[in-house]
Amino acid sequence: MTKKEKSKQTAVYTSIYIGLFLLVLITVVPFFLVLMNATRTGNAIQNNPLAFFPGDALVDNFKILMARANVIRGFFNSLFVSTSATFLSGYFGALTAYGFYVYKFKGNKPLFVFIIVFLMVPPQLAFLGFYQFMANLGFVDTFVPLIVPMIANIGTIFFLRQYAEGVIPKVMLESARIDGANELYAFHKIGIPMMMPGIATMSIFTFIGSWNNYLMARIMLNSPDKFTLPLQIAQLRAGTVWVNNQGAIYVGLAFSIIPIVLFFIIFSRFLVDSIAAGAVKG
Amino acid sequence: MAKLTAIEKKQSKYGYMFIAPMFIVFVVFSIYPILYTLYLSFTRFTGVRDPEWVGIVNYTRVLNDPNFYESLLNTVRIWGINIILQVGLAFLLIMVFSDLKYKFKGLKAFRIIFYLPNLIAAASVALIFRMMLDTDYGTLNELLLTLNIVDSPVRWLKDTMLAQLSVANIQTWMWFGNSFILFMAAVQAVNKEVIESAVIDGCGRLSIMRYVKLPLIKPILIYVGVTSLIGGLQLFDVPYLITDGRGAPSGSLNTVIVYLFNHAFTYRNFGYASAIAFMLFLIIMTVSGIFVLIMNRSRVKDFLNKKKNDFSEYRKRKKANI
Repeated sequence: MTKKEKSKQTAVYTSIYIGLFLLVLITVVPFFLVLMNATRTGNAIQNNPLAFFPGDALVDNFKILMARANVIRGFFNSLFVSTSATFLSGYFGALTAYGFYVYKFKGNKPLFVFIIVFLMVPPQLAFLGFYQFMANLGFVDTFVPLIVPMIANIGTIFFLRQYAEGVIPKVMLESARIDGANELYAFHKIGIPMMMPGIATMSIFTFIGSWNNYLMARIMLNSPDKFTLPLQIAQLRAGTVWVNNQGAIYVGLAFSIIPIVLFFIIFSRFLVDSIAAGAVKG
Repeated sequence: MAKLTAIEKKQSKYGYMFIAPMFIVFVVFSIYPILYTLYLSFTRFTGVRDPEWVGIVNYTRVLNDPNFYESLLNTVRIWGINIILQVGLAFLLIMVFSDLKYKFKGLKAFRIIFYLPNLIAAASVALIFRMMLDTDYGTLNELLLTLNIVDSPVRWLKDTMLAQLSVANIQTWMWFGNSFILFMAAVQAVNKEVIESAVIDGCGRLSIMRYVKLPLIKPILIYVGVTSLIGGLQLFDVPYLITDGRGAPSGSLNTVIVYLFNHAFTYRNFGYASAIAFMLFLIIMTVSGIFVLIMNRSRVKDFLNKKKNDFSEYRKRKKANI
């Protein structure tokens, strides 16, 4: 390579990487801001919104926050709801997908197509009726409406049905039956283990979606001690007292963001590939 | 369908058993509420007394409601700005990372970093940007003023057009990483040999992009566009939480769902809100239908051609018989 070509190459590489770095900055700045401002007092933030060094007001801010909204309680509420929802979605999603894949029965294909069509139905269509229905049953202000419907998580079922087709050889089930296994045993000992990577992937998405859900929690929950984190966060925006206590708000935000970001970074290997895989297949 | 053997019949029973739990929950928690919403849309109902049947009054009202149309326009406008930026940005990124001559490192790390905004709850996103974009105390204005890029604070959330632009950009920030990952997967699926032979034939970078990669990414592009539109039409969390929940400034942030939500839970007008929900549903179904048609364009063409041929055959035969 000539000297001229080499320097041109270096120039291109450098400028592109600088561009990428700027994009990373823009992407990451809000996160940085939350962490930084969580440690500064409300006054400091108001006087100087931009800062590069953390303050020392973290504990104070946390106390102010807890006085208004019990985010520790909110955290555990969110944790309970999301974990239960994810577990139900994963288990029953696998059960249903397995049922569609393994067994020939009348209406197998039509029923499957029917539920897939529902993927396109906006959830907002159901939520008004859902609210009234839950109100009539007395389930408003409980966690039931946020958890139980996840038994019928169509996105998961669709994905796992395709996934099962790729990983479960029907002959293995046949030989299990010959060896005397009953159907449920075959599902639990063969089906689930083989579908596990798919289940894990979908569960991660379900968990994140459930953790971040605002609308459903907002319309279903009334008592502050049942509020999930997104609800508490949303509440922080009202009231003049907050203008002076922005540090506390940022602590609340940090509470809702950090668990998910950590969760994602730990499990990111599985996720990025499957987001892509879903697209290429679909 | 062929008759099932005895064994298969016995297994059918298990099939139904396995899918039963899901279907029971599905009918109870999804189908019934949708039907109930449909019912409510024909009533007047405030949540206190029983619903009162009023026929199609709500629907005629929606069709004549300028606020509804304005909310629809707002929603589409915000989406429009967003999708151009989002897809454009994702596109630039794949051009960088799929380049043959320059091998850029760090794809895996970049994908994770750019995806991070998608993880945060929209509620948190709304609050963060509400504070960042505040006219007087916001970080962004502080930065712009310090660097002397502007003279006076920019009214990001107080000017109608800027507010929509801000929300659109927030959506872009949240979703460009997702699009990038999807596009990248599609590009990586392109057969390397095809590209290499194109290079040997003397194609420049732009030509390769246009004639080789683009046609193959088109399906993903359409998928991203349509799912984004369907999601965009349902935009709620950010526009609702970033100002006062009523679409301030001047209703410019009133998306269809914000409008619907207020009718339901602020004005307690459940019947009317349900009618709005169904109108939106019809719009989304139409969009999805068009999408399916586009994706299956070739099959639709063949189908129509066959019908045309059948018809001209029929006429020919008729003529011959006369």
